[in-house]
Amino acid sequence: MLYREAGDFKTSYRDDSQTFPIKLERWGYYAVVALAFAVVPFVINDYWASAVLVPFLIYAIAAIGLNILTGYAGQVSLGTGGFMAVGAYSVYKLMTAFPDVSLLIHVVLAGIITAIVGVLFGLPSLRIKGFYLAVATLAAQFFLVWLFNKVPWFYNYSASGQITAPTRTFMGEAISGPAASAPAKYLVCLSFAFLVAWMARNLTRGSIGRKWMAIRDMDIAAEIIGVNPLRAKLSAFAVSSFFIGMAGALLFAVYLGAAEVGEAFGINKSFLVLFMIIIGGLGSIFGSFAGAAFLVLLPVLLKNLLVGNLGWPTDLAAHIELMIVGALIVTFLIVEPHGLARLWSLTKEKLRLWPFPH
Amino acid sequence: MKLKFPAIVAAATMLAAPAMADLIVPNMSYRTGPYAANGIPYADGFADYFTLLNERDGGIGGQKVQVPECETAYNTEKGVECYEALKSQNPLVLNPLSTGITYQLIPKIGVDGITLYTPGYGRTSAKDGSVFEWVFNAPANYWDGASVAVKHILDQEGGDLTGSKIALVYHNSAYGKEPIRTLQELSKKHGFELSELPVDAPGQEQKSQWLQIRRDKPDYVIMYAWGVMNQVAIQEAVNIRFPMDKFIGIWWSGSENDVKPAGAGAEGYKALTFHGVGQEYPLYDDLKQYVYDAGKAAGAGDQTGTVLYSRGAYAALVIAEAIAKAQELAGTAEINAAQMRDGFEALDITAERMVELGLPDFGAPIQLSCENHGGDGLGRIQQWDAAAGQWNLITDFIEPDAEILDPLIKEDSQAYASEAGLTPRCN
Repeated sequence: MLYREAGDFKTSYRDDSQTFPIKLERWGYYAVVALAFAVVPFVINDYWASAVLVPFLIYAIAAIGLNILTGYAGQVSLGTGGFMAVGAYSVYKLMTAFPDVSLLIHVVLAGIITAIVGVLFGLPSLRIKGFYLAVATLAAQFFLVWLFNKVPWFYNYSASGQITAPTRTFMGEAISGPAASAPAKYLVCLSFAFLVAWMARNLTRGSIGRKWMAIRDMDIAAEIIGVNPLRAKLSAFAVSSFFIGMAGALLFAVYLGAAEVGEAFGINKSFLVLFMIIIGGLGSIFGSFAGAAFLVLLPVLLKNLLVGNLGWPTDLAAHIELMIVGALIVTFLIVEPHGLARLWSLTKEKLRLWPFPH
Repeated sequence: MKLKFPAIVAAATMLAAPAMADLIVPNMSYRTGPYAANGIPYADGFADYFTLLNERDGGIGGQKVQVPECETAYNTEKGVECYEALKSQNPLVLNPLSTGITYQLIPKIGVDGITLYTPGYGRTSAKDGSVFEWVFNAPANYWDGASVAVKHILDQEGGDLTGSKIALVYHNSAYGKEPIRTLQELSKKHGFELSELPVDAPGQEQKSQWLQIRRDKPDYVIMYAWGVMNQVAIQEAVNIRFPMDKFIGIWWSGSENDVKPAGAGAEGYKALTFHGVGQEYPLYDDLKQYVYDAGKAAGAGDQTGTVLYSRGAYAALVIAEAIAKAQELAGTAEINAAQMRDGFEALDITAERMVELGLPDFGAPIQLSCENHGGDGLGRIQQWDAAAGQWNLITDFIEPDAEILDPLIKEDSQAYASEAGLTPRCN
């Protein structure tokens, strides 16, 4: 009854094609953004920032990045962990080489470096497709991890091969290192996530996004109608790696504070982000957030519920948690193979008609 | 979802918070994942020792010790989550049993004022207390281990290693890379040739490394492995018929779980240790009476007396002694985290004290100071007897080569101090 088009008059094409065409939804979106930017920073504590919201936002950025490549342009990638490592090590080298430049600029630069690396590893996509491309990106994953382990220059010759983020400030407030406060870390990640989502949404609605989707749906047809596959595929790799690189940079500098490439950016990370977009929904920005929320928040929620509330032994809880998350993934994919985003849009369809479904 | 989740978690954390008056010593354990075989006995030993103190002595100085457990799965992201969750409970000291998590926590604990105790692991240069104010790694660290292993090899070879070859098989992570610098310096000093063979985590695949060992025929192999990598490495060494008495693991590569899968082939495998082994100590009588027979043993209760169980109990013992010292210094039983740190710094566990605690000749005396947070670094060698299914101590405590280690520690801690902008204390 509340969620309906009726009475919401559009008098321009601009209004008609906006992201949130229905008034209630639009207000809901404004409310969430206002809440996230103006209320949450004042109530957030260390646990909520470091264990829940910061990882959620960072993985959402990575998921949006991978979704552009896999969901919109149809290029399967298993190199996400490796590209995140490029972002992390770039930001580390930049932070230590140019300590006076703002970390925020370094994060963007790390994204650009990752974009270049991504384009290099995207070159095989012009010749190979599908599973074969997945294997080529898998090679990128292993090569990059090996490289950062092997060449001491990347970790500034430290004895253990660990990289540690020094403290950097923005407008006098520490945003990385041990002194960074919970609201500062949260706001940095939130701002990046917001900008990335906004950029991705607009890119995918414009001509570039349409080219990506044309390539995804049928590359030969796309080529015949004039889409240049070289440019479309490589631009997808570049934009995707740009986002993933920034996610890796934030993961290291703001969230973890110290990282070791094999552990933090191994093949598991590639799979984790891939699962996020599969569960969330391929080709959907909302799906990227939903998938990241599902895989980051649910284990923490279950852990707190089982160990904190029910007082179960930690090992039993950890095992049950894996089983519950696994079972839920299977259930969700059986109920809706197109992910949480599709589930959400079906709900919206039904809401529009409610309470008179016929 | 968005609204419900905060409410549930807030409720969960509130219910989980223990009473404030107790001494909180969290157990950051891992009972799941590829390192569980090693994580379980350690966590059980750690918890059982505090249970014993609570049951037998009513805690420490009349204060009960609470040991909330948090599962890290040896994963740094879960480690962060655990740290943030535990931090709100005002813990006195943390013992994460993971070098990766330790590296992550070192900058944070300085700001939050929580002591980090990393016996036998973590960042080696934390021994330099003038830089690492809140970190303690007594009684021994990775570099001590490397040096003790080389000393033992020297002993075996009649004091001369010129021209011999030693291979280092290591877990390709912060932990495994730690000893490389020390071994390089030692190879210069003693004239042996060092080859480095990294194995990627978790370490189930190491055929190529062992083929290389078969080809190069090093005189000795030193191993820094953990979890499933231990078992695979020992099996592979048996497969290529490497002489087991020339295969020396660090103390993290020397538990029953590591050698048993290789069966009789593991006979003679050596590993370092910084404490005694087995159940032949009076402490076990008390443990049996107050903990096992009372049905209060942690976990499944089947790890008693194993190497890692003993190590977990030893870590708990050192923490308990430091708490007692802190209570003595502060003049109150309800110590806070800062007083806990002072207790660690003034820690002095003598050989007589170890007898009183029911563990005669179990560990070397530990005496810490403002400059020295790492003790003397003594280690001994244990050897596996496959037929009897037990470890035997074959040497006395061996002193590491301070001449090599001290400058290295100074160099690494100074590098950290300048990177983090710290001014050394203790002047």
